Amino acid sequence: MTKTITIDPVTRIEGHARITLQLDKKGQVDDAQFHVTQFRGFEKFCEGRPFTEMPAITARTCGICPVSHLMASSKACDDLMAVDIPPTADMLRRLMNLAQLTQSHALSFFHLSSPDMLLGWDSDPAQRHIFGVAAKHPELAVDGVKLRKIGQTIIEILGGKKVHPAWMVGGGVNAPLTEETRQKMLDMLPEALDIARRTIKWYKQTLGQFGEEVRTFANFPSMFMGLVDKSGGLEHYDGYLRVTDENGKTVEDMIDPKRFHEVLGEAVEKFSYMKFPYYKARGYPDGMYRVGPLARLNISDHAGTPIADQELAEFKDLHRGAVLSSFQYHYARLIEIIFAIERMKQLLEDPMILDPHVRARARGNRNEGIGVAEAPRGTLIHHYKINDDGQITWANLIIATGHNNLAMNRGVKQVAQHFVDGTKLQEGMLNRVEAVIRCFDPCLSCATHAMGQMPLHVQLVDPTGNVVDEVLRD
Amino acid sequence: MARQKLPPTQTLTMKIDDVDVTAKPGQTIQDVARDHDIEIPGLCYIDGLTIWGACRLCLVEVEGMRKLLAACSTEVAEGMIVHTDTERLRRYRKMVIEMLFAERNHVCSVCVSNGHCDLQAMAVQLGVDHVHLPYMNPDVKVDSSHDRFRLDHNRCILCTRCVRVCGEIEGAATKGVGGRGINARIINDLNMPWGDSQTCTSCGKCVHICPTGALVEKGTAAAEMKKHRSFLPYLTVMRES
Ligand code: SF4
Repeated sequence: MTKTITIDPVTRIEGHARITLQLDKKGQVDDAQFHVTQFRGFEKFCEGRPFTEMPAITARTCGICPVSHLMASSKACDDLMAVDIPPTADMLRRLMNLAQLTQSHALSFFHLSSPDMLLGWDSDPAQRHIFGVAAKHPELAVDGVKLRKIGQTIIEILGGKKVHPAWMVGGGVNAPLTEETRQKMLDMLPEALDIARRTIKWYKQTLGQFGEEVRTFANFPSMFMGLVDKSGGLEHYDGYLRVTDENGKTVEDMIDPKRFHEVLGEAVEKFSYMKFPYYKARGYPDGMYRVGPLARLNISDHAGTPIADQELAEFKDLHRGAVLSSFQYHYARLIEIIFAIERMKQLLEDPMILDPHVRARARGNRNEGIGVAEAPRGTLIHHYKINDDGQITWANLIIATGHNNLAMNRGVKQVAQHFVDGTKLQEGMLNRVEAVIRCFDPCLSCATHAMGQMPLHVQLVDPTGNVVDEVLRD
Repeated sequence: MARQKLPPTQTLTMKIDDVDVTAKPGQTIQDVARDHDIEIPGLCYIDGLTIWGACRLCLVEVEGMRKLLAACSTEVAEGMIVHTDTERLRRYRKMVIEMLFAERNHVCSVCVSNGHCDLQAMAVQLGVDHVHLPYMNPDVKVDSSHDRFRLDHNRCILCTRCVRVCGEIEGAATKGVGGRGINARIINDLNMPWGDSQTCTSCGKCVHICPTGALVEKGTAAAEMKKHRSFLPYLTVMRES
């Protein structure tokens, strides 16, 4: 008998989603679908608003990575204004972006994913959260909280606010840095670096225990996409699009991100509100690619800071060509944290960072603008059109999580086929199915521009649609 | 010799919030309260412009009267006993603010006037933490046709401060009110795009007198629109000269 298992909603991710597992007659997983069940239509209510408000408006798509939206949006505004922003503004935006990367990766690794690694995928779900970690491994939990706080504090110092800072604007930023605040930020970095290095050491030592997960968590060939800098190095703010294939071979390089539509297509599926972007040259769905930390490390030739460069070299040794297991998103996050901390230090130590000229002024000088940046979860694209009065007539947001949509679906199927035995619903196997999603650290609030969080709901449905088994957990 | 008419020297005595105060005939309750450092909230009232009495935030209780009276437009009388801060008034004032919020689309978090808005400040001052009325979410437009300024009807509370400052101080009379009731809108000239106005001198007084993010300078991002209000105390002088 064919049955369907539904995991609804998936927990410890940002947003609301559901997983359906389609079983074949033998009770084995035949297919899997990751549904994103919420829809907010953010693009719609931007229409008619002055473009200068877009950074603040779009930042509200997400309470986790508002800085990424601020950045992509401000860059799209720069493009509409047709200005080159002052170099110091560029540095300050980068600084905030790296702080955001640090805090977001810390949240993903310590708060959302470490419970699985430390307490076990089969452990009691009631304890399997950051507080459970705090009880058993207080040092790690404390590190996680501290690291995230450092990232948050830097964002707060720069933007005057932790969650929705209004400091980044079209044309640059709206206030320069002072010597005092620069020092404050610099003072926090050594501790952050210690934590990051401790954690990556621990991760590498423990990795051996997760062999089965590494092998099965969305571990398959796919393409990778992200931004690289002029020299092919790790980049999060600007640069060029690069696409590599499953062997790590570059197939597109130095593409001006404003030409993204020449490389990427977007497909729609009935079962999800999230769109399915794909690499055009290979078509849909073969043009599946991954973005985010794993992709960025796979496509980058080097990191550009000393410790991160060493770590990256070690990471690249994991697998010839490209690292394919999505489990290593966690590893990649830790390396990016190190990179972010080192780079923030470099930026802050540059005397240019104190230059008071941080904003270019102009009105809408172009009717179409595109802003691309790397959010913690991957490449984020804001694309706007305005009328001659500077009001938005059309907006499209392509979100990091969206790029990973195809790969996440594939990953769920892979892990389900390996761990799920359709005859019974076991907590541990369901958690692994969820955990594979968490590897990608999807932000569904962003992806559908929706929000909400609910307990886990698992359903086993037979071909006629009857629920034959059901598990509900808070 | 005929007797010369003396200027009136009459002084009235009255009570505001249990304080004995003196007043001159012809003064309003608002004037007298100000003279004695008693603050009565208000959004449409501006010293130096004609009194409008539209926002209803300055309502006060006068003993012996069942109706609430607007302090800005009620003349004082001998022996009047006024209360400016009673439970009933606080309730009414909160309701007024809630109605203003519900009537248009006031999205503080993304508004250019966030943090520098009289409506927002008033809501905070009066302790408005919820809007109990259903939002009307009207589909109203933004007029960005002016070279330097923008009129965002979403944020307008129809206080008419802009209309009065434009007509009475600048003398341009570009701004007016068109439509009736819930459909009333601030208009430019004969309801044309602001940028096409023949009378607007682009002086910017309306922008800076506007209490909300309805009239703003272009090019401002969220929370960046700080209004320059230093000219307000001189409105009376400007008017007389
Ligand atoms: S535009 Fe401003 S000043 Fe004019 S009526 Fe509306 S809120 Fe008042």
